[in-house]
Amino acid sequence: MYVAVKGGERAIDNAHQWLAEERRGDPAMPALSIPQIREQMALAVNRVMAEGSLYDRDLAALAIKQARGDLIEAVFLIRAYRTTLPRLAASHPVDTAAMAVDRRISATFKDLPGGQILGPTFDYTHRLLDFALMAEGETPRSAPPSPVGGEGRGEGEARFPHVTSFLNRDGLIESAEASNATPPDLTREPMELPADRPLRLQALTRGDEGFVLSMAYSTQRGYGRTHAFVGELRIGTVAVEVDIPELGFAVEIGEIELTECETVNQFKGSKTEPPQFTRGYGLVMGQSERKAIAMSLVDRALRWQELGEDFTGAPAQDEEFVLMHCDNIQATGFLEHIKLPHYVDFQAELELVRKLRSEAMALQEAAE
Amino acid sequence: MTDATPIHRKTWMATLAKADPVRLAALFPDLPPHHVLRQPEIGAVMVRGRVGGTGAAFNLGEMTVTRASVRLESGEVGHAWVQGRDKLHALRAATLDALMQSNRAADLAARVLQPLQAETQVARATRAAKAAATKVDFFTMVRGEDK
Repeated sequence: MYVAVKGGERAIDNAHQWLAEERRGDPAMPALSIPQIREQMALAVNRVMAEGSLYDRDLAALAIKQARGDLIEAVFLIRAYRTTLPRLAASHPVDTAAMAVDRRISATFKDLPGGQILGPTFDYTHRLLDFALMAEGETPRSAPPSPVGGEGRGEGEARFPHVTSFLNRDGLIESAEASNATPPDLTREPMELPADRPLRLQALTRGDEGFVLSMAYSTQRGYGRTHAFVGELRIGTVAVEVDIPELGFAVEIGEIELTECETVNQFKGSKTEPPQFTRGYGLVMGQSERKAIAMSLVDRALRWQELGEDFTGAPAQDEEFVLMHCDNIQATGFLEHIKLPHYVDFQAELELVRKLRSEAMALQEAAE
Repeated sequence: MTDATPIHRKTWMATLAKADPVRLAALFPDLPPHHVLRQPEIGAVMVRGRVGGTGAAFNLGEMTVTRASVRLESGEVGHAWVQGRDKLHALRAATLDALMQSNRAADLAARVLQPLQAETQVARATRAAKAAATKVDFFTMVRGEDK
């Protein structure tokens, strides 16, 4: 138990002052601006938005600066801030088929309609340190591009049907039927288990990238294997539409960048379902493809019961294990609190151990 | 008040919401006299997705939003819901929403909305062209035993 302590105000003030100094680093170096972090540390900003569960690039950049680059601390700051915001509305579900795609690849269909679009990817780079960046050289802006594949991704309004819809036409893959039921919200009500799929996806999309990645990796190594292929991975922007109560119709209030991954998984069939492919789904704020792929693998692994598969005891199949441990703010809060003063607790333990020892010693002496 | 059809109003409200606040302020710097019905308020909208892109809705996470409402001296009421935390952006968008219902609509459409829409179009086309330039045709290698 943590009990309140008094005293130490001066030391705490001085510690915080020193923290501010250390955050700034060498004053001879120019200070980082929020726009610099937002523009040049974009993937860190994306991660803080996704796990902080609040889409606002400037706030995420501010949190990263304030946290000295500790991304979990930054997520903590964002989570704390978002609790101060009134919830004005919930959006219509975003239409990812209408995404203006920057990137869209499929590992299962090489000739997918609309084409494979690599986008600004680390894939196929050599992972060699680029010392030119250290020499503070400017990357030239890309020249007006010349499309290599004939027709482009087209003007903004083009729709990119999901790859899974092609398989669906032949009944080779399970379909995902639309429903307008209000989804559960773990930010409003404590998570209850068993969780339905919408609740699981909410927990996973704001879950820690490292945790979700490791869970997904464990399924690939055999702990709850689901034979996943990346049916499609897409990154781009979608419009967010909200019903405006004063007007009685919906308006697009902005645009957000998302990463979406759909896996296609082998499924031998069950008593009720014919053999077909099944699906795992990942959708994450910002450009976060590692997280989106991992999320879709874990989503699929958690569906064993619904699909009539065996529970092999794999951690990634265990809903309670995954959902109750994927949130890095809950995890770090509980983990780090043990460094705070526990003097009263420890005093009690100390007395207990002393008592047990003296009893044990008395017994020993009596025996001798 | 004119009887602007929802479809038109929907379009201009979206254009104003998605506009870069700095650009919008440059195109429409001075707000006409207006009465603020709802002070700009910063809040959050829960963004939803669908399972598998088409299935049941789920909560993806929130985004910051600012809303405001104004009434012009001539009586038109304007509303704005805009992404982000820029209160002036919301106020400016709400004022323009009201003005677009007045006899100044054609003028403002030409001076403010059309430039914004044209710029968005150019930005999207540029990005689409960059994406198209990374389009790749993968081909599978024929292996010896397949012939």
